[in-house]
Amino acid sequence: MFRTVAELVELAEKDNLLISEVMIRQEMDVKNRSREEVYTEMEKNLQVMEDAIEDALKGVESVTGLTGGDAVLIQNYMKEKTPLSGNLLLDAVSKAMGTNEVNAAMGTICATPTAGSAGVVPGTLFSVKNQLNPTREQMIRYLFTSGAFGFVVANNAFISGAAGGCQAEVGSAGAMASAAIVEMAGGTPQQSAEAFAMTLKNMLGLVCDPVAGLVEVPCVKRNAAGSSLAIVSADMALAGVTSRIPCDEVIGAMYRIGKQMPSALRETGEGGLADTPTGRLLKEKIFGMSV
Amino acid sequence: MKYNSVFDIIGPVMIGPSSSHTAGAARIGKAARNLFGEQPKWAKIYLYESFAKTYKGHGTDFALAGGLLGFETDDTRMSKALEIAKENNLQIEFIVDSAAVDHPNTARLVIGNDTDSIELIGISIGGGKVEITELNGFELRLSGNHPAILIMHNDRYGAIASITKILARHEINIGHMEVNRKDVGKEALMVIEVDQNVEDSILKELENADHINQIAKLVS
Repeated sequence: MFRTVAELVELAEKDNLLISEVMIRQEMDVKNRSREEVYTEMEKNLQVMEDAIEDALKGVESVTGLTGGDAVLIQNYMKEKTPLSGNLLLDAVSKAMGTNEVNAAMGTICATPTAGSAGVVPGTLFSVKNQLNPTREQMIRYLFTSGAFGFVVANNAFISGAAGGCQAEVGSAGAMASAAIVEMAGGTPQQSAEAFAMTLKNMLGLVCDPVAGLVEVPCVKRNAAGSSLAIVSADMALAGVTSRIPCDEVIGAMYRIGKQMPSALRETGEGGLADTPTGRLLKEKIFGMSV
Repeated sequence: MKYNSVFDIIGPVMIGPSSSHTAGAARIGKAARNLFGEQPKWAKIYLYESFAKTYKGHGTDFALAGGLLGFETDDTRMSKALEIAKENNLQIEFIVDSAAVDHPNTARLVIGNDTDSIELIGISIGGGKVEITELNGFELRLSGNHPAILIMHNDRYGAIASITKILARHEINIGHMEVNRKDVGKEALMVIEVDQNVEDSILKELENADHINQIAKLVS
C-alpha cells in the first residue's frame, strides 16, 4: 500500500504504469475484488457526476435561494461572447459550480473527496474531455488518479473543512484534479505530482467559513477557484514547471496549517465570511424562515 | 491507515449538502441502528462543535434520523427523514452540547425501545467516513472498514475462548480483536473485526455461548 505521493510515483515508474493503474491494483488487492467490480463501481460514480452536471445546466436553486443558476449564466455567456479566460477553463468553472449547486439543492452527487468540494473533479473532467477526447475507460481512470492522490492526503492530513479548513476540501479536490488532468493529457506520474503540489500550494491557508453554516456561500464559488487552478497547474506541469517544495511536504504543510487554524475558521460558521454584516444578516433571514 | 479504499475518496454517492455532516451523520445513525439490532423507538442525540453549530444548515438532524431508519447515504427520502421517523413512531430529540470533545464532528447517541438501550459516540472524519469511538462506556475504535461483531460479556475465564471456538468452527477469520472491561470480573466488551459478514445463525450461536450478555454486528 502506498502511503506517500513519492511512493505512489515510484510504484508507477518502476513498472511503467499509470497512476490510475496503481490505484486500481491496490483497490483489487486490499478489497479482494475483481478489476471488473472495481471498474463498475467507479463507472457508477462517473454516471452520477455526469447526471449532476446535466441537472445543473438545466438550472437548479437551493432551498434558501442563496445559490443556483450561476452555471447556466456562465454557459449562456460562453455562447454569446468570447470569454477572456477561454472556453475550456470557463466550461470547467461552470460545471464545477453547477455540481455544487446541485449539492446545495440537496440533489444527488458523488463526494470527491467531500460534498462541499464535489464540483472540482467532475467539472474539470467534463470540460477537459471536450479537447482531449478520452474514451469512457480513460474518464474512469481520471477518477482513479484523482482518488490515488486524495487517498494520500486523507491518510496524511485531512479532507474535511471541520478538521482542516477549505484548503483540505477544495484545496485537495483541485490538486487531485490537476494530477488527473496531467495523466489524461499524457503527462508522466511525476508531472502529475508536480501539478498536484502547485495547486495545493496555492490553496494553503484557505479557511472554511460558510455563511449560516450552509454549504453554499462561498463553497459554490470556491469550486470555481479550485477547478480553474487545477487546469492552470496541469498546464504548468505539462510545460515542465516543477514545484520547489516536494508534493508530500506540501501536504505536510497543509496539515500543520489546518492544525493551527482556530475552530471559528473550520466549518463552524462563526468566522470569516460568515461573520460579515451581510453573512450574519443572511443567517438571520434564513433561520428566521425556518429552513 | 484511516482510509483504505479509493471509494472513500471518490464517493460516496450521496444526497447533499455535506459529506461529513450529512452522509457521515447518516452512516453514524445507521451504525447505531445496526448495533442496536433493530429500529429504535426513541433516540436522544447530543451534538458537539461543528455538528452542534451547523447541524440545521447541513441537514445533520435529518441525516441522523435517516440513518436510524436504515437509509443509505444516497436515499432520496433523506431530507424527509424527520417526518418519516415520526410516522414510524421513532421519537428523536436533538441536544446541542457545548462540552469539549476530541473531534469537531462528534455525536453521542442514546437509542432504545421499551426494554433495551445502547449509548455510543460516533465521529465523522471527512468525506463521509465515520468511526464509532465509544459503546456503552467502552472506548473502541471501529472504522467500519471491515464487518465486526461486538460482544458484551462478563469478565470470566473462558468467555473469549467460547467465542473464538465457534468462529473457528465456522472458518471465520479474525482480522483484529480487542477486549475491554470495566473492572475485574465485571462487564466487558469484545470487539472482533472479521473478513466477511457473519450470518445471523452464527450470531445466535455466539449469543448462547458462556458468559455472553448481548451481541451486535456491524456490516461493512
